[in-house]
Amino acid sequence: MTYHDRSTELIINNVSRRGILKGIAAAGGLVLAAQIPGIRAALAYPTGAEEMPNGVRTDPHIFLSIAKDGTVTIVAARAEMGTGAARTTLPMIIADELDANWERVRIVQGEGDEKKYGNQDTDGSRSVRHWIQPLRQCGASARWMLEQAAAKRWNVNVSEVEAVYHELVHQPTGRKLGYGDVAEEAAALPTPRADQIRLKDPSAFRYMGKGNVPVVDLFDITTGRAVYGQDVMRPGMKFAVVARSPVVGGTIVSYDASAALKVPGVEKVVKIDPTPAPAKFNPLAGVAVIAKSTFAALKGRDALQIVWDDGLNKSYDSVAYKAKLDEANKSPGKVERNVGDPDKALGSAAKVITREYYVPHLAHAAMEPPAATAQLTNGKLEVWSSLQSPGGAREDIAKRLGMDVADVTVHNVLLGGGFGRKSKCDYAIEAALLAKETGGAPVKVAWTREDDIRHGFYHTVTADRFEAGLDANNKVVTWRHRSSAPSILSTFAPDPKHPFFIELGLGLVDAPFDIPNLRIESGEAEAHTRIGWFRSVNNVAHAFSIQSFVAEMAHELGRDPKDFLLELIGPARIVDLSKQVTTPYWNNGEPIESYPIDTGRLRHVIEVAAERSEWGRRMPRGRGLGIAAHRSFVTYVATVVEVEVDAKGRLSIQRIDTAIDCGYAVNPERIRSQIEGAAVMGLTLARYGEITHKNGRVEQSNFNDFQLIRIDEAPTETRVHIVEHGIDVPSSGVGEPGVPPLAPALCNAIFAATGKRIRRLPIGDQLST
Amino acid sequence: MANIQVNGQERTFEGDPSMPLMWYLRDELGLTGTKFGCGVALCGACTVHINGDAVRACAIQMSDVAGKKVVTIEGLDPNGRHPVQVAWRDLGVPQCGYCQAGQIMNAAALLAKTPAPTDTEIDAAMAGNLCRCGCYQRIHAAVRAASKGA
Repeated sequence: MTYHDRSTELIINNVSRRGILKGIAAAGGLVLAAQIPGIRAALAYPTGAEEMPNGVRTDPHIFLSIAKDGTVTIVAARAEMGTGAARTTLPMIIADELDANWERVRIVQGEGDEKKYGNQDTDGSRSVRHWIQPLRQCGASARWMLEQAAAKRWNVNVSEVEAVYHELVHQPTGRKLGYGDVAEEAAALPTPRADQIRLKDPSAFRYMGKGNVPVVDLFDITTGRAVYGQDVMRPGMKFAVVARSPVVGGTIVSYDASAALKVPGVEKVVKIDPTPAPAKFNPLAGVAVIAKSTFAALKGRDALQIVWDDGLNKSYDSVAYKAKLDEANKSPGKVERNVGDPDKALGSAAKVITREYYVPHLAHAAMEPPAATAQLTNGKLEVWSSLQSPGGAREDIAKRLGMDVADVTVHNVLLGGGFGRKSKCDYAIEAALLAKETGGAPVKVAWTREDDIRHGFYHTVTADRFEAGLDANNKVVTWRHRSSAPSILSTFAPDPKHPFFIELGLGLVDAPFDIPNLRIESGEAEAHTRIGWFRSVNNVAHAFSIQSFVAEMAHELGRDPKDFLLELIGPARIVDLSKQVTTPYWNNGEPIESYPIDTGRLRHVIEVAAERSEWGRRMPRGRGLGIAAHRSFVTYVATVVEVEVDAKGRLSIQRIDTAIDCGYAVNPERIRSQIEGAAVMGLTLARYGEITHKNGRVEQSNFNDFQLIRIDEAPTETRVHIVEHGIDVPSSGVGEPGVPPLAPALCNAIFAATGKRIRRLPIGDQLST
Repeated sequence: MANIQVNGQERTFEGDPSMPLMWYLRDELGLTGTKFGCGVALCGACTVHINGDAVRACAIQMSDVAGKKVVTIEGLDPNGRHPVQVAWRDLGVPQCGYCQAGQIMNAAALLAKTPAPTDTEIDAAMAGNLCRCGCYQRIHAAVRAASKGA
C-alpha cells in the first residue's frame, strides 16, 4: 500500500504540473491522469490485448475524473467511427463498474498518445474484446477509492460502505454522500491492487448486457453539431486540396502552377514528395494547392499542369491481372496447411468438383472523405483529424517530419466512417507537411470523393480455386483450395507476394471442415497498388468462395445446403490447426485457449439462423433462401438471405436473418446496429463493389461508378439473433464479422431462386444477361 | 453580390457566384452540419432546405440562391426537437452519423409535403441519401415514426 501511495502521488503531481490534464479537468475534485506502475489487470481470461503495441491500461487515473458536483468525466481514447464502441460502449463499462448514473457521465476524446492510453488502433474488431476486462477493473478501482474515501470521512469500516448509483451509502445508518462530495479525498488515496478490487456480479450490471444506453453523440449528430475531420475549423485556417499521382509509385516530372496561382483565393502551390515502396502510410506524390477556401483550392487544382512519371505500376490492368491470378491457381502453390494426402486422394476420387471464384478490389468509401488539419507553431505541431489509429498517426507524422513525437499533438475527432481506410494516415501526413508552408496558419487538407475512390488503400483482389474429391458414396474425402491475392504486407515491407500470417488467419487456413485430406495453398501475386485493410479484410473473399463452393457441392449431390454445410463442418469439437499449418495460426491475435475454433458454436449459429429464418419453407417462383456461415474476429456468424429475382434479373431482399455468437454481448443494441449495417455493406460489395485499374489508374471516381446500396435496394428487414452468454464467455469481435457471410448467403439464395450461380463479384448485370 | 437568408439571418455574399452553396455554408459561415460527401449531388449528405425544398447544397451555386431562404440542419429546430430529429434519436438510427444531417433534412422536407407517406414513397424520397454504415432499416422506421401514418 505504501509503495503504491508514494508512486501514485509522485506521478499525479508531476502530471498535474505539466498541465496534461487541461483537456479533461473539471473544476476541482478527483482529477488524476497517470498510470500507476506495477498494477496488472486481474484477468479472468487472457486476450491478445497485452501483445498489441503499448498494450492496455487499467488505471482510473488515466481514464476518469470526478468533479465536486459529481460529474464523471471519462476519456474515450480509441476512435469512434460508428460502432459506438469507443465513445459509448467502453465508457459504459467503466461507468457500470463505478455504479455511476450515466446521465451524469460526460465523455471527452483522448489525444493520440499510446504511452498514456495504451493501444488506440481502432481496427480488427478489438475494442470491446480487448478492453472489457481492463475497463471493468478501471471502474471497479475507482469505486473502491470512493468507498475508501467515504469510510474515512465517516470514520467507519469500509466494509460498511457501498457505492450505489452515484452515491456512497453507509449501510448501518443509511447516511449518504455523493461521488463528488468525496472525490477530492478519493484523489489522495492509492489505486487498489488487483487483489483488492471487487468486480460487480453481472446481476448488478446497470448497462452492460442491457443495450439501454443511447450513443453519446446522438444529440450532436442529429442537430449537425457533431464535428468530423472534414468539419474542423480553426481561426485563420487555410484550405488545401492535393493533385496526386494517378498511379501508385508515380513521381512528378514537372508542374506548372502559374494558372493555378491566378485563381482568386489561391495562395500557394506546394509539391509533396513521394516515398519509395514500401511507403507505409506516406502520401503519394502530389501537388497541393493552398487557398482561402476549399472552392478556390479546387479551382486552383483544376488549373494545375502536371507531368507525371507513372513509374513501375503504370501497366496495372485488372482484366490481365485476374487472368494471372487464375493462372497461378492452376499450378501448385505454397502449402499453407495440409491434412493427409489431398493430391493422391484427388487422383483416386470417384468424382472431382472444381470451381473458381473472384472478388475484386474494393474501396472503403466512408461517407466522410479523409481530411486533416494541421498547425505548426514554434516547433510544435497540432493535428486535428479523423483517425482510426491516432497514436500511430502521431508517430508516423513525427517520423515523416523529423520531429520529436513529444512535439506532435493529435486531436482525434469523430470519424465519418472508417472501415479500415482511416487506419492509414496519409491525409494527416499531407496536412502536417503543408503546415510547414503556411507561416504558422492552420491548414486543412480535404479529400474529395474522387480523391477517396482513386487514391485508396484497396481491399485486395482474390482468386480462389477449389477441387473437392468425392468417394463412391458421395462423401467428400479431399479438399484442395488454392488462393492468390496480393498482400497487405507490400504496403509495409518488401512484397512477399504471398499472404503473411495475419492474412492466412483471415478465413484462409482456418476452414473448419472435417475432411480427411485437405490442403490450402497460396499462389504468387505481386501488388501493383496500395493494398489495405477493408472491413473484414480477406474474410470477405474467402467466406464468399468457400461458402459458395459448399453450396455448389450440395447442389451437385442433391443435398440441402444447410445440412450439407453442417455435415462438412462435422461434429462439435475444438479444431487444432497447430500440426497442420506451415505458419503458426494467428487466431486474430488471441490466445487459442480463450478463443478456440469451436465448431459447436459455428454449428449453433447455423442452426439458429436456419430456425429463425424458417429454413426449408416453400418459396414461390423467383424467390430463394441462401445460407452461409463464417468465423472471423473470433466470432461466429451465420446468415440466411431471402431474395426475390424478377424476370429482368432485378433483385430485392425481403429478409435477412443473422445469428451472431460474439461471446458475452456487452452492448446488444449496438451489436444489432452493426449487423444491420454489415448486411448493407455486404450487399453493396456483392452487387456493386469493384475497383478496377487500367494503365495503373483507378477507373472509378464517385458514387456514379462506385455505387453503394441505397435505401430502396436495402433489405426490408434484417433480423439479428444474438446468442446469449454469461460474462465468463470472452467477448469477441462485432464490427466486422457480420460482413463476410452476406455475399455468399445472397448468391446462394440467388441460385435457389434462379438456378444462376454467381462466382465472380460483383453481381453487377450478371443476372440480366 | 447575393442576398440570402440562412436560418433566419440575412446574409450578403460577395464572392465567386459560381461557388456551391455547400462551401459557402461550411467554409464561410462555419455551418458544418451540412456535410461534404460527394460534391456532385449523388449522396445527399449536404441536403438543406431552400424555400422548403430539399436541395443538395453541393450542386447549387450562390448565384442561384439569391433572394432565397436556406435552412440547414442547425436551423431545422432551435432546440433540436423537430419530430424527425426526435424519431432519429428514439430509434438510435445513426452509426458514424456523418450522413444523418442530410438524411434528417431530406426526411423533414418529405414529411412537410407528404405527412403520411407510404413505404414506397419513403424509399423513393430517401433514395438520394447514401449511408455507408447501412442504417437504412432504422432510417425508414424513423421516417415512419415521425410521419402522420405512424
